[in-house]
Amino acid sequence: MSSAAYDAGPEPVRITVNVNGETRTATVEPRLLLSDFLRHELALTGTHVGCEHGVCGACSIRIDGEIARSCTTFAVQADGCEVRTVEALAQDGHLHPIQEAFRANHGLQCGFCTPGFLMTTEALLAENPDPTDEEIREYLSGNICRCTGYVGIVAAVKDAAKRLQGGTA
Amino acid sequence: MKPAAFTYVRADSAEEALAALASNGDDAKLLAGGQSLIPMMNLRLAQPEVLVDIGRARDLEGIVRDGGLRIGATTRQAALLASADTLAHAPLIAHAMRYVSHPAIRSRGTVGGTLAHADPAAELPAVMVALDATMTVRGPAGTRKVPASDFFVTHLTTAMEEGEMLSEVHVPPPVAGDVRDVFLEVARRHGDYALVAVATRLVLDPSGNVAHARIVVSGVGDVPVRATEAEQRLVGERLDDEVIAVEAGRLAAAPLSPPADVHASSRYRQDVTAVLVRRALVAAGKEQS
Repeated sequence: MSSAAYDAGPEPVRITVNVNGETRTATVEPRLLLSDFLRHELALTGTHVGCEHGVCGACSIRIDGEIARSCTTFAVQADGCEVRTVEALAQDGHLHPIQEAFRANHGLQCGFCTPGFLMTTEALLAENPDPTDEEIREYLSGNICRCTGYVGIVAAVKDAAKRLQGGTA
Repeated sequence: MKPAAFTYVRADSAEEALAALASNGDDAKLLAGGQSLIPMMNLRLAQPEVLVDIGRARDLEGIVRDGGLRIGATTRQAALLASADTLAHAPLIAHAMRYVSHPAIRSRGTVGGTLAHADPAAELPAVMVALDATMTVRGPAGTRKVPASDFFVTHLTTAMEEGEMLSEVHVPPPVAGDVRDVFLEVARRHGDYALVAVATRLVLDPSGNVAHARIVVSGVGDVPVRATEAEQRLVGERLDDEVIAVEAGRLAAAPLSPPADVHASSRYRQDVTAVLVRRALVAAGKEQS
């Protein structure tokens, strides 16, 4: 790239994204990652950034209902989409049943990976309301936790499944 | 790390994408799901000046039955896994998809993306070679068909030329008979790239003898590797004899000189190949017809 082109910079792009039920419009550099858009532009810092190349799962969010990595998605790719982040879980100061289950079952210690686990769990239970241990482990295999050893997390997901089914029965 | 700056072009059809590629030359790269490209850009292993986003090109997306399956390049991997047509018409794909990364990657990652990325340890390239699939490649000079076995040239390199794009992969119907598809993989963590993966398609004749055999191995070379000696050894044999499975495993592993890395030595990958081929053939033999 010539220095002139670099100085001019690439054309910014105008995007409209529905984030947690709110329509947000912004003009962004194409290279802006969705994770950075959420954290830096919208101040939604619940989405954590770990490895920033799609391995650790800390930045997992839902795009149009599907679980996705916000660090390997450009903000421009989310134009016109519905994005759901961990901030959408708790309502009116009350933890979401998935969050309650993680707290009750020691599904977290330091908490860094937790937003990604919570969003991935929400997506799993939407697809499969009563998963087996093996199904839980397979679905969560893209999320890394360096504290818990996963036993508490698997117990939390099973408990969350019960809480959610109990709540809707 | 953050990706280097680039110019963003959204192409809502294959035509628009080809035009954008033509006007930007080798400065441009296609962006589909981005699940291989964006990590490489974040690590600055790739710094394209122009990204042509085909993620919303509807004419490149979808699964159509035509005896076999026609799979559009931007079909999401999750959609391929969820499709009943996949399991009914190409069970090998359905078996393999469970090993392709994680739900959060499959929801964005595309079929064409993983094929065009051509990682030699990826699952779908081996599957497409095992199924004798054909790639539809569109470019400035028109459309051409490339057999999967010619499509993968070397590590991260396909037979596509500058300005060309993968638009579709066609999986032909299986040869007539009793189809036995098996996919097995050893990886450090579920969903990671394979240390070794084995894709097998066997078709048995009415008396239970192998009439057609494809055995393709991932993670052991620059491209998916066909175990042709093992395939030839199987034709005419019955699968209920484990001695044949052991021998085919040995024949598949012997010619290989797999790569070594922190996860596994070359010799280990070679041994795993022999074991996985044996297990795949035993599993194929036990499948209910």
